Amino acid sequence: MPFISNTAQQQKQMLAEIGLTVDDLFGDIPAAFRTREFDLLPGLGEQEVRNRLTELAEKNATNLTCFLGGGFYDHFIPAAVHSIISRSEFYTAYTPYQPELSQGTLQAIYEYQSMICRLTEMEVANASLYDGGTALYEAMMMALHITGRNRVIIDDSVNPIYRVMIRSYTQNLRIELEQTHCTDGLANRQQILEKIDDKTAAVILQNPNFFGCIDDFSDIASIAHDKGALLIVSCYPISLGILKTPGAMGADIVTGEGQSLGIPLSFGGPYLGFMATRKQYVRKMPGRIVGETTDRFGRRAYVLTLQAREQHIRRDKATSNICSNEALCALTALVYLSLLGQEGLKETAQLCADKASYAYKRLTAIPGVGPHFRGKWFFNEFVLDLPCEAADVIARLIEKGFAAGFPLSRYYDDMENSILICVTEKRTKQEVGMLAEALESVL
Amino acid sequence: MVVQRLRYTKDHEWARIDADVATIGITNYAQQMLGEIVFVELPPIGKQCAENDELAIVESTKAANDVYSPLPGKVIEVNSELESRPDLINQDCYNAGWICKMQITDMKSVESLMDSKQYEEYVGSL
Repeated sequence: MPFISNTAQQQKQMLAEIGLTVDDLFGDIPAAFRTREFDLLPGLGEQEVRNRLTELAEKNATNLTCFLGGGFYDHFIPAAVHSIISRSEFYTAYTPYQPELSQGTLQAIYEYQSMICRLTEMEVANASLYDGGTALYEAMMMALHITGRNRVIIDDSVNPIYRVMIRSYTQNLRIELEQTHCTDGLANRQQILEKIDDKTAAVILQNPNFFGCIDDFSDIASIAHDKGALLIVSCYPISLGILKTPGAMGADIVTGEGQSLGIPLSFGGPYLGFMATRKQYVRKMPGRIVGETTDRFGRRAYVLTLQAREQHIRRDKATSNICSNEALCALTALVYLSLLGQEGLKETAQLCADKASYAYKRLTAIPGVGPHFRGKWFFNEFVLDLPCEAADVIARLIEKGFAAGFPLSRYYDDMENSILICVTEKRTKQEVGMLAEALESVL
Repeated sequence: MVVQRLRYTKDHEWARIDADVATIGITNYAQQMLGEIVFVELPPIGKQCAENDELAIVESTKAANDVYSPLPGKVIEVNSELESRPDLINQDCYNAGWICKMQITDMKSVESLMDSKQYEEYVGSL
């Protein structure tokens, strides 16, 4: 049965009334993307379906030793995370639509928001967005609304996947995107200074950046603020256990991918976008926000607050078309951070940094392998130059059981031989040694 | 409740004309419909508006509504008291709850606004 139960007769009548055909209605969609016959097989029984899906799932390589990062990270997830979030009282993908009935869910979101504020050292956070890329796009739109300007500067050391997303979102909007080209692994100050003017709404940067290098954007925050522009920083939450926070650098909007906070890689999602800002901009922040208040008996209670900015009330004038959140993923991040605690998060971050530092020394000792950016501080990722094409080397290392890293040629010209390698707290000294031996053997 | 000396729009803004300066606010009908006002986003000083341009946003617990410029002009003063006391609009929308003052650029446009009698009839018809 079709989802919308119009009979063929009713459809005909409606079309006749407006004098159009079904094809006319879909005229704006290029022909190549319209529905066609899918040539599906006849139905199968449950057991056959299971067998078929298992067979397909087994084609995924799930047992590679992972040195792959690039914005999504293989961190250890305590079993308690899954047990807690699986409680049926919590197990929902969204903020409930009668939110105040679900005080437990709202309390969890409120605590999540508080943790994001503490992590980033910002004043207010929302209840979460879809992922790191959409969060960064929303931050950019927010800056355009706040400043009433239409130019944005983004350095190419920001995750290329996010930059592609921002380009797709904005290609039909009146927004001028200007890209600066990072210099020696760090955001290009000189180009930012040259491009920034009184039409610039925001400068968008990332720390640690896509190459893993650590930067301090305090100077760029001052440059941006002098011109009346905002600084938007995308960050890797685990790194904030030991690194200077975007809040301390003077960022106005902070976003990031929250996957590293207890959410499994799961072949690409669902993930978690987080966003925090200064209190003065709270009414321009997209998404849901949970606030704490008291009920008529003076007891602590939680509410969805500032909803008047949102799409279901303010329609086309809303801060964003986002009117929901990633409640279950936000809960996961909250539970993960609660289980680790302040010290646990610091230790995790320190372990990542220490192990990455060890791997860097071990791998750069291989003849022909050297660092791409010399003498730069990094967190848990670094770029190595190989004596041959990185993509080939990565393919050969998959056969030896390693997801060895990310081939940078995919998004950067002149980096054909460069590989981005990531080391989390999960990797052992032995695994690093095995990767080094395997790498040496395939060069 | 309608004040006699003022001019009105169908969107429930009022304007008090004093030479070429208009003081602007929202009417008693508007504040009653909105309910408890919790935030007012004031326009920047110097903002140039054509008639019916968005001037400010008045946010209540139920809705966030635009306040449209009743006249063409330039914003010369805003009621910054509203930043900490948005409820002044609920309590005294025609006096302490004023939103901004504008230098009118086309005095003829004043003629197109309703007077108190016309506005009263208009509200009565809603």
